[in-house]
Amino acid sequence: MNERKMLLRKIKEYDFALKELNLYLDTHPDCRRGLALFEKYKALRQKCVSDYTRRFGPLMPEQNNDTQHWDWIDDPWPWERR
Amino acid sequence: MWQYEKKLQYPVNIKTPNAKLAKVIISQLGGPDGELAASLRYLNQRYVMPYPEVKGLLTDIGTEELAHVEMISAILYQLTKDLSIDEIKASGFDTYFVDHTTGIYPVAASGVPFTAAYFQSKGDIITDLNENMAAEQKARTTYDNILRLADDPDVRDPIRFLRQREIVHYQRFGEP
Repeated sequence: MNERKMLLRKIKEYDFALKELNLYLDTHPDCRRGLALFEKYKALRQKCVSDYTRRFGPLMPEQNNDTQHWDWIDDPWPWERR
Repeated sequence: MWQYEKKLQYPVNIKTPNAKLAKVIISQLGGPDGELAASLRYLNQRYVMPYPEVKGLLTDIGTEELAHVEMISAILYQLTKDLSIDEIKASGFDTYFVDHTTGIYPVAASGVPFTAAYFQSKGDIITDLNENMAAEQKARTTYDNILRLADDPDVRDPIRFLRQREIVHYQRFGEP
């Protein structure tokens, strides 16, 4: 697995934890442990995403930071076999 | 509003095309218990919900279902990419191919196009939550059936992830 894929995998793992906590917190909005875990994974994700977008291009259009080329449209798109 | 993130919720990397399998998995895109119906069901139901917990759940699960639509579509795309015309004929995929080539179009495995008749938005919190819990179980059964039909571990892995999500959603809809 190359570095780009490994980093993307990490982001997906943190996103999964955040999604699970999100749905859990929807029905347990005052759970302090759930809220603390959400904060924890949010910080871990943020670090990974800024690392990823700096090196491998944007995951969302507003993360484009190249002034010469619009990286957003570059392959691969998520449904493409790699 | 919605924003797109350029990644799948869970990886899909299928090495071997298999049109026969695509023909059955497509039901989870455009079939009666598929991901498209799930997303539209929840996103339509949420407006008249009286409780913030349920408005949140319907918004967040409805959004996750859109990511599942994308995963199923990625599975279909990868299963039908680079097929020879002989493989298309032999697999029975020719009946889809004649209308859509290998474009992704929401139909049930039987070939019936997607319809809003697959879901309900009744404007009643008890009715809608019960519909949603039943819908999650029906989708789970469909994934169980797909797992009975699919041998390829590259296909089974994302399908098992999607199956597990049905169980989590069922659990959450039962909590309010």
